[in-house]
Amino acid sequence: MNGTANTYDLIVIGAGPAGLAAAVEAWNRGLKKILIVERAKEAGGILMQCIHNGFGLHYFKEELTGPEYAERFITMVDKTGIEIKLDTMVLDITSRKQVHMVNTKDGYQILEAKTIVLAMGCRERTRGAIGIPGTRPAGIYTAGTAQRLLNIEGYMPGTRILILGSGDIGLIMARRLTLEGAKVLACVELLPFSGGLTRNIVQCLNDFDIPLYLSHTITEIKGDKRVTGAVVMQLDGSRKPVPGTEMEFDCDTILLSVGLIPENELTKKADIRMDPRTKGAIVYENRETSVPGIFACGNAVHVHDLVDFVTEEGQLAGAGAAAYVQAGTKDGQTVELINGNDVGYTVPQHVRPEQMGDSTGIYFRVKSVHKEPCFISIKSGTAEIARLKRDHMAPGEMERISLTRDQLQNTTGKVSVSIEEGGTK
Amino acid sequence: MKNLICIVCPKGCHLSVDENNDFAVTGNSCKRGETYGKMEVKDPHRIVTSTVAVSGSSYVRCPVKTDRTIPKGLMFEAMRTLDRITIPAPIKPGQIIVSRICNTDANFVATRDIT
Repeated sequence: MNGTANTYDLIVIGAGPAGLAAAVEAWNRGLKKILIVERAKEAGGILMQCIHNGFGLHYFKEELTGPEYAERFITMVDKTGIEIKLDTMVLDITSRKQVHMVNTKDGYQILEAKTIVLAMGCRERTRGAIGIPGTRPAGIYTAGTAQRLLNIEGYMPGTRILILGSGDIGLIMARRLTLEGAKVLACVELLPFSGGLTRNIVQCLNDFDIPLYLSHTITEIKGDKRVTGAVVMQLDGSRKPVPGTEMEFDCDTILLSVGLIPENELTKKADIRMDPRTKGAIVYENRETSVPGIFACGNAVHVHDLVDFVTEEGQLAGAGAAAYVQAGTKDGQTVELINGNDVGYTVPQHVRPEQMGDSTGIYFRVKSVHKEPCFISIKSGTAEIARLKRDHMAPGEMERISLTRDQLQNTTGKVSVSIEEGGTK
Repeated sequence: MKNLICIVCPKGCHLSVDENNDFAVTGNSCKRGETYGKMEVKDPHRIVTSTVAVSGSSYVRCPVKTDRTIPKGLMFEAMRTLDRITIPAPIKPGQIIVSRICNTDANFVATRDIT
């Protein structure tokens, strides 16, 4: 392990909700030499442009706006001795826990840490990622870019707007742009169901009579210098456009809300094992990655719907980092969680029963919509170790269950999470 | 009869609310859904969030919210009260930006610190 006087106990990469929560938790558990590195000019991450309310219902038991939620954690950090470097870009991290960074004040620096928490968040999928045909005019934005232009910079991105994808940011922007005087013509979703939260469908689309076209997509974007229109078509069961269903929209702007991807260039540089399902690092119950002493949390691990769970995950990683500095890693049995029927992924992917405490939370997403009551079945081989009922499940709503150490301790090494339909048991 | 989707929990029940029968709710699976359905048809309210122009700072906009819900029908009128005002920095969270919006008891308040 590194051990010079300048070695930090913990370097956190990213000062969004995950990184802030991780740093505060590690401080509260006794780490005193902590540095947060943030590439933006202020802490808070994407919350600062999410000016709508609805954050914090689980964690603070009240509805806050994004900046208010961030402010609470920034205030907590300010009360500690945690250092923070803003406007600083991390260029590289190594598996020996050296962090390479650059800013205009300190120049290029290599700082060493006993532990690292990766909290870089995620980025939006772009037009290139989904390959929409048509010309390349101005007026096509990701929903988050439009959100930044409007809420931070004070610019309207357009006047007649078509939204592709029904992710939460797109829905939030539909309402925001409408209230600012734009005409939002429609929201177009490739899948037969929306990826957004129900309350956003109701309060952002239905409130303003904005139509949502499910199983539809944009098949052509028109315009030379600026977007002048778009063609939308219905899709059949194999997602092929159905001839004769063309609808032409007279729009000057197209917003893309077509999914988020965890940001992990740094993770890969440190040779950390990745999960192709989440596109984030494979983590243990304490959010430790495959490299001992490097932890990951928040949207860099898997994309969350609610910031409250990002905070919870940040705290797990912060607690994990503190325990690592204070006691090191213990070897022990590892249980691997695997996808069962209709489960897309689980986080954590690995659990160490001897280190997990009395119980651990497991996050997962289902692959399809379940409108009828169904069961979450946790099995070790063929033996069921837990069974939980849910009245409703959807890919857009992350599920969280809790498993105890006793349930996981006597398993065969692989435990599956699957969804079973209906019935009475 | 008004049809709406309940937003009390993720289940999203399809509610029908009868305005001509004391706002009787059907299609709900719990008591909270009934309360939501009644209120939503009788007197729907919303929190409105937006931004306001700032002077004397490197920030150009300050985010604001209504400090309580306002009638849904007043949302656009409420937005217009922010159009022609500029607030000098510094601004503190909770600072009143527009008081008694459209003669309601609600105020627009700042939701962040602007230095």
